[in-house]
Amino acid sequence: MLITCPYCGPRDVIEFTYQGDGNRERPQPASQDLDAWTAYVYDRLNPAGDHNEIWQHSGGCRAHLRVVRNTLTHEIRSTTFARGGHKAEGRS
Amino acid sequence: MAEYSAFSLLKNALTGNKDWKPAWRKPDPKASYDVIVIGGGGHGLSTAYYLAKEHGITNVAVLEKGWLGSGNVGRNTTAVRSNYLLPQNTRFYEHSMKLWENLSHDLNYNVMFSQRGCLNLAHTPAQLDDYARRGNAMRHLGVDAELMSVDQIKRLVPALDVSGSARFPVLGGLMQRRAGSARHDAVAWGYARGADRRGVDIIENCEVTGFLRDGGRITGVSTTRGEIRARKVALAVAGSTGRVMQLAGISHMPIESHVLQAFVSESLKPIIDTILTFGMGHFYISQSDKGGLVYGGDLDGYNSYAQRGSLPIVDEVMSEMLALFPGLARVRMLRSWGGLCDMTMDGSPIITTGPLPGMYLNCGWCYGGFKATPASGWCFAYTIAKDEPHEFNAPFTLDRFYRGLVIDDKGQGATPRLH
Repeated sequence: MLITCPYCGPRDVIEFTYQGDGNRERPQPASQDLDAWTAYVYDRLNPAGDHNEIWQHSGGCRAHLRVVRNTLTHEIRSTTFARGGHKAEGRS
Repeated sequence: MAEYSAFSLLKNALTGNKDWKPAWRKPDPKASYDVIVIGGGGHGLSTAYYLAKEHGITNVAVLEKGWLGSGNVGRNTTAVRSNYLLPQNTRFYEHSMKLWENLSHDLNYNVMFSQRGCLNLAHTPAQLDDYARRGNAMRHLGVDAELMSVDQIKRLVPALDVSGSARFPVLGGLMQRRAGSARHDAVAWGYARGADRRGVDIIENCEVTGFLRDGGRITGVSTTRGEIRARKVALAVAGSTGRVMQLAGISHMPIESHVLQAFVSESLKPIIDTILTFGMGHFYISQSDKGGLVYGGDLDGYNSYAQRGSLPIVDEVMSEMLALFPGLARVRMLRSWGGLCDMTMDGSPIITTGPLPGMYLNCGWCYGGFKATPASGWCFAYTIAKDEPHEFNAPFTLDRFYRGLVIDDKGQGATPRLH
């Protein structure tokens, strides 16, 4: 599997570290909403098909990437910078 | 008289093997059942078997999307063990071990269960201490465990590199002698035949496409072979849990589906007479009765429903094998394949009533589902029949993640690919 890093170009998957489901909403650090925190820590979308996920190019430029990848075919649809990492409230 | 016996083998051999009955029927689905079990793998079939045998519930259908045993029950590396640290896991898997020890007799079907032991190798003093602790925890609950010295290991596995110059020297190991392996296809076929003979309908090539509801209650399923109603609908679909739960309108689960690869080599003379695990990586190896080395390693490490893996893990698994057995460098690999693992957030399974009325859920087997096959079906059948869990599966709820009651044997936290 090759992932095309926006900085470094197409690289082998062994250069990357998987950081999981990119759909999760991280509550504000001061939030005391227990349901929101448990959902963030434990709930996953886990689709069979296109999956929005976070990877880090840990063996290269170390950028965090948002990758849309098909979990049935391993085909990669798009790769962009993750910006805020996992989605956070009030950030884009 | 048992259907399979020395006498029936001899009689059929002399009469041209023309009188054997098919091991299970191929019935068309009825309009309704008392219980529908979705998933014709090991766990679904054993659930149906124990529903019929232990609870007298025989009006049961097992629905299988493909052919019987086409999923993980035929894709695993056949290890059976109960060497866990945490009491919830130890009690459950030890119950499974006890069912394994009598399974061939119980099913009148030779599952070739061979208690050749499982040895976890330790490569650092801290790891050996950790194994001693786990062994003590096991013995405390009545499970066999013994710490082995390098000399004992050398006698048991002469091909293993136990020299001080190994990349990761072996310092000792934790042995569970009652652990072993079984022929996984026979487990599926034996349970299928046992359930079928007690009246269970096993319906292959029947994919569930949706759930029937009456208000909030699940009252059946729609399938590629029509609608089937049931008072109780039980899921035992392992790696496809997310997909089937989405059909029921539940989009998020504490589960990720990952791919795990396994490998088998060409046949060799007997060389490894136990199940061996490497302590400085993730690698396990045993030898089948045919002589092939059966081995595997880590998950590929990202969400996947593809049932096939990629080359970096192949490379890693082979290098770990050679770190232990330099002498195997020129052995050829015969086959490799992948299976779907429903990885939970704490590495432990889920066997529970719900989460919807009329639904029962069995999932989250990570990559340890094969050894659990008897106890999983046994506990799930109890849960379905009584509408409450047995004490062995009571800890394995779905809501444990939200109540702070996780059962994390490896202490890895909510990163499923690390369990």
